[in-house]
Amino acid sequence: MANVKRSPWLLHYDGSSCNGCDIEVLASLTPVYDAERFGVMNTGDPMQADIFLITGGVNTQNKDTVKQLYDQMPRPKVVVAVGVCACTGGIFKDCYNILGGADTVIPVDIYVPGCAARPQAIIDGIVQAVELFEQRSKEHDEMVRNQKKGSEVA
Amino acid sequence: MNMILRVVLYIVLAPIIGGLLEGIDRKISARMQRRVGPPILQPFYDVKKLFKKQVIIVSRSQTFGLIPYFFLMVLTGAMFFAGMDILMCFFVMSTAATALYFAAMVTSSPYATIGANRELIQMMAYEPAVLLTCVGFYLAEGTFNVSEIAASDRTDILFMPGFFVAFVFILTIKMRKSPFDTSTSHHMHQELVKGLTTEMGARNLAIFQVTEWYENVFLMGVVGLYLVNSNPMSIIWAIICIMAVYFLEILIDNTSARMKWQDMMKITWIFTLFTAGVNLLVLMLVK
Ligand code: SF4
Repeated sequence: MANVKRSPWLLHYDGSSCNGCDIEVLASLTPVYDAERFGVMNTGDPMQADIFLITGGVNTQNKDTVKQLYDQMPRPKVVVAVGVCACTGGIFKDCYNILGGADTVIPVDIYVPGCAARPQAIIDGIVQAVELFEQRSKEHDEMVRNQKKGSEVA
Repeated sequence: MNMILRVVLYIVLAPIIGGLLEGIDRKISARMQRRVGPPILQPFYDVKKLFKKQVIIVSRSQTFGLIPYFFLMVLTGAMFFAGMDILMCFFVMSTAATALYFAAMVTSSPYATIGANRELIQMMAYEPAVLLTCVGFYLAEGTFNVSEIAASDRTDILFMPGFFVAFVFILTIKMRKSPFDTSTSHHMHQELVKGLTTEMGARNLAIFQVTEWYENVFLMGVVGLYLVNSNPMSIIWAIICIMAVYFLEILIDNTSARMKWQDMMKITWIFTLFTAGVNLLVLMLVK
């Protein structure tokens, strides 16, 4: 019956942003947009998250944090960069401390542009991320099966 | 034979009923907030997904703590539905809760540790009311035995309304509902990330979730025990009462803000000791 597509849990990290996108991400969970109807939950715990939503760029101080959060998430996982800051660095691009978008430290799968990104766009990004998540999950199952086979042979 | 059947039914059906209850809970909560809300089967989708995720183990002894938590909780419910000693059921439940405490503690993560400590405080808060419930059943029926309590002619709630109110009060703590969800910080409050369950991911979180379903069904069973008597019709009343109590818990969850643990302790002890205590005195005088 169910597949993983129905239960994407989000981890939301706010990098070097103006908090504009941050608020829009939360807005997409409010009654007007209600992302929970797709099974989306905002967990705040990387150990339990499937989709990493990052708003804001990466600077010299938060680059390790972003990397660590990504590493702590169990496979399969998908990364969504929300807002131009997270995509490229945005209006902060030329600041002395900004390294650039989220993809300077972790592999980003989906880019949601906008300054600030609208809740509709964010939900659209999440829906696309969910598709990708399902595909990754299948690949992950495949890998686990192969590993099991491998260990039986050995 | 009947007893074995009931135990088997509990073990098979409890996760299904528990999951559905949680789904309904999330749906009703969403409607209360004027949202559409997730599908009723959402909790099952979540658990299924959790079993498929990569297992990252923070500390091997965490699983070692979670497995007894799971089995002891199943045992609690099985003993209850088999009609054994109710006092014993609650003792086994406390042991299960202790196993959960260790499962969170061994990870030495600051969030999980604080969550675990709060869990202990919660246990301290609800334990007196739980014991008083057992005492109440004994005074009303003259036995601790669940099957004898259920088979007697009396409707216990008429003799022990105070105990019932106290028990419903502590259900809010046991079911980790606001204003008392200090140990796991459910929903959007994330000051402890995920509290007790912070370091549980994938399979371990799924085990935790399923155990909670078993636990909820057991607790609802105790609520039902207040109404069940020798008349088969009473089972229908018990189910209606269980649904009303469950709805009340959801309502409380959605309308109250978080409480500090000090206040939780004070309010719970004063309230439960008062209601159950008065009821206890009355029962003892009447007898
Ligand atoms: S994209 Fe615009 S609104 Fe979003 S964080 Fe950057 S500056 Fe703020």
